[in-house]
Amino acid sequence: MIETQVKFWDRRFPRLLRRNRVAMVGLLIVTVMVSIGVLGPILAPFDPDAQFGASRLQSPGTEFLLGTDNLGRDILSRLFHGARLSIGMAAMATVFIVAIALLVGSVAGYVGGVVDDLAMRVVDTILAFPGIILALAIVGVLGPGLENVMMSLVLVVWAGYSRLVRGLVLETREKPFVESAFAIGCSRTRILVRHIVPNMISPVIVLVSLEMGTLILALASLNFLGLGVQPPTAEWGSMLNQGRLFFQSEPQLMIYPGVMISLTVLGFNLLGDGIRDLIDPRYSS
Amino acid sequence: MDKLREEIGLNDPFIVRYGLWTYGAVRGDLGTSYRTGGPVWDQRVSRLWSTLILAGGGVVVALVVALPLGMLAAVRQDSLLDLAARLFSLVGAAIPSYWLAYLLILLFAVQLHWLPVAGSVSWQHLILPCTTLGLGGAALLSRLLRSSMLEVMGNEYMRVARAKGLPERQVILVHAFRNALIPLVTVMGNMLGFLLSGAIVIETVFAWPGLGRMMIDAINFRDYPVIQGFVLFAGTVFVLVNLVVDVSYTWIDPRIRLADSAQDQGR
Repeated sequence: MIETQVKFWDRRFPRLLRRNRVAMVGLLIVTVMVSIGVLGPILAPFDPDAQFGASRLQSPGTEFLLGTDNLGRDILSRLFHGARLSIGMAAMATVFIVAIALLVGSVAGYVGGVVDDLAMRVVDTILAFPGIILALAIVGVLGPGLENVMMSLVLVVWAGYSRLVRGLVLETREKPFVESAFAIGCSRTRILVRHIVPNMISPVIVLVSLEMGTLILALASLNFLGLGVQPPTAEWGSMLNQGRLFFQSEPQLMIYPGVMISLTVLGFNLLGDGIRDLIDPRYSS
Repeated sequence: MDKLREEIGLNDPFIVRYGLWTYGAVRGDLGTSYRTGGPVWDQRVSRLWSTLILAGGGVVVALVVALPLGMLAAVRQDSLLDLAARLFSLVGAAIPSYWLAYLLILLFAVQLHWLPVAGSVSWQHLILPCTTLGLGGAALLSRLLRSSMLEVMGNEYMRVARAKGLPERQVILVHAFRNALIPLVTVMGNMLGFLLSGAIVIETVFAWPGLGRMMIDAINFRDYPVIQGFVLFAGTVFVLVNLVVDVSYTWIDPRIRLADSAQDQGR
């Protein structure tokens, strides 16, 4: 076990991470899945929405490697195209969450006073509800749809992270290097942007790597409930939703997308655990 | 159409509507469902019961699996059992609960015919949904209990307990387990939120007539009063559970007193 705290930009970081075999398995899975997401449209043998009417519900074979669904669409192509949405949406949500959390958290923590009180009371209110339930309610107000589902998750998840960033800023604000920056006449904005925020990067990286899996799961659940992407768009959660009508006779329709979701989430979790153990040994398991 | 709008007050400004809803809500009147025309509160009671049974069963399964698993994994660190427990918690955290539900249905209901596929008639209908919910929770809890136990077992008083000749069983159960419980109880509070959320999805899979399905139906029909009522209710339950958790700290660990800065010692 490595005891010292390593910054993300440390030159030793890749080497230390490579020593953690479990994290490397995670990295491998994540790399494969993200590649599928990026290259999906090129790799996919067929148009994901093309219906081959004569060959519905085919078992895996030479022409359709993983078979076809109830409308005669190639499952492999749909899985590949689905990766783009399932992983991409989670990544996009993460970017928004981190941006909001950094902005709100650092301003609230650094400025303090009324701004801090106001921001933290909003955060308290959001944290008073179980996450998915509040997200569901927001989807209920905005109406079903892919963007709305993503928005709802962003609107719920930012709160916890903002509070965390605020705590880190409060801690960093008292450090000697911030005092020296102030002493040599740096403006408050400069201190915040150049001296405090860069110190947030390592913990934020840990958060991101641990949050991706959770977000992929949450997005897939909302899509499974039929609240996100609408047919015929290929996405893993909605493929599960479409497959469940036939799951007794054609279980493979549900097995493939489920395996994809589980593997991807597992990959992100393993990688996240590894990164956390390196950067923040306090929370290592 | 215009008359209906006037009747349910959709033409009033937002502030007026919010005020009226709040005024009603504090007096126990959550408004009228757009879809059924009946009061939102009436639909709730029977549904609430179904969901609570489901979530309660989930908690039981989670504890029955997680407590022995987490404890044994910590006591026999790095053994085969420990490895299995860690694998279980990793995989359990990655598998979507509703997908696990279908796999269990396929195995136990479709292939083996041991249990019913879906519905809510007899107690056998409870087994699969509760197991599905509980396994997800158990993955989380067993991992936490393991690391918490390992931390506690590194303490000096464990050595003292062994040195004064206490049987190993008592050392583990009384000295280690009880001290390892605190972080677990904190998470149990969040678990109920997790189980409530999980129940929403699971109810759809098992055609279980609980609050979750009511919520999904309400979203699809844009039945806003029902959605509002549900969120208010879920928030209340969540806050109450966390209160119970805070109070139970003192019972588990007499060192913690709520009157003086409980937060400092809360860990």
